[in-house]
Amino acid sequence: MNNNLLFDFTVDKAAHTVTITREFDAPLSLVWDAFTKAELIDQWIAPHPYTAKTKYQDFKVGGKRFYAMISPDGKESWAIQEYTSITPKTNFKMYNAFADEDENPQLPGSEWDHTFSEELATTKVFITIFNESLQRMEGLLEGFSQGMRMALENLENLLENLK
Amino acid sequence: MRRDIFQAIADPTRRAIIALIAIQAMTPNAIAENFHTSRQAVSKHLKVLTECALVRQEQKGREIYYSLELNKMKEFDKWLNQYRKLWETRFTQLDTVLSKLKKQKK
Repeated sequence: MNNNLLFDFTVDKAAHTVTITREFDAPLSLVWDAFTKAELIDQWIAPHPYTAKTKYQDFKVGGKRFYAMISPDGKESWAIQEYTSITPKTNFKMYNAFADEDENPQLPGSEWDHTFSEELATTKVFITIFNESLQRMEGLLEGFSQGMRMALENLENLLENLK
Repeated sequence: MRRDIFQAIADPTRRAIIALIAIQAMTPNAIAENFHTSRQAVSKHLKVLTECALVRQEQKGREIYYSLELNKMKEFDKWLNQYRKLWETRFTQLDTVLSKLKKQKK
């Protein structure tokens, strides 16, 4: 893997916003597909050992994706996304809310904005996530078990030691 | 009302207070001397920080000393790191998906 790929992650508490920039060693059309086609999203969005499954997706303005993150012991955490704006291969916006298994959203949710650009076969994705509620922002990791959180930290320590 | 840690550190004066009392416990008067602001304003900030459990008070004689609740700050740092790590993991998985897609295309 190309280790020079940019990754930037910042949290602006005052603006209730998380900003993420990441480069990918792939053409824009592939990266766009990976972010917008459910069968591809499901392959990467859940951090291992969690898995993701999409019940249905309708990628158009006003359309929705209803999906779950599944823990290793089979616990399903559902969420629903509504697409609010789509400019093909350039930008899409959506409103994301946690939900129960019957599609009832728990509001407020968060507003997601993704911008894609390509330069020299590298694709840059710029994501902003705005949380109306700061408490919700703080609670974003609550869907993941303590074990998962520990695993993330362990991995980080491991990587730190390998440097 | 449950105060939020984000709200607590969103304010630049409160961040400066945190930086000050991270070094040593201080009285509200001593803290106020570091700012172009009234003792009342500093007390208000200290109240917010106390409600978030970011600072603790200790009575010494007639004076109240404020110091930083280091564990709470570490908790927040931990949250940030974990959330960042979550995205790193996702993107590493996405790198794998993309390289598979590229091979399929060839």
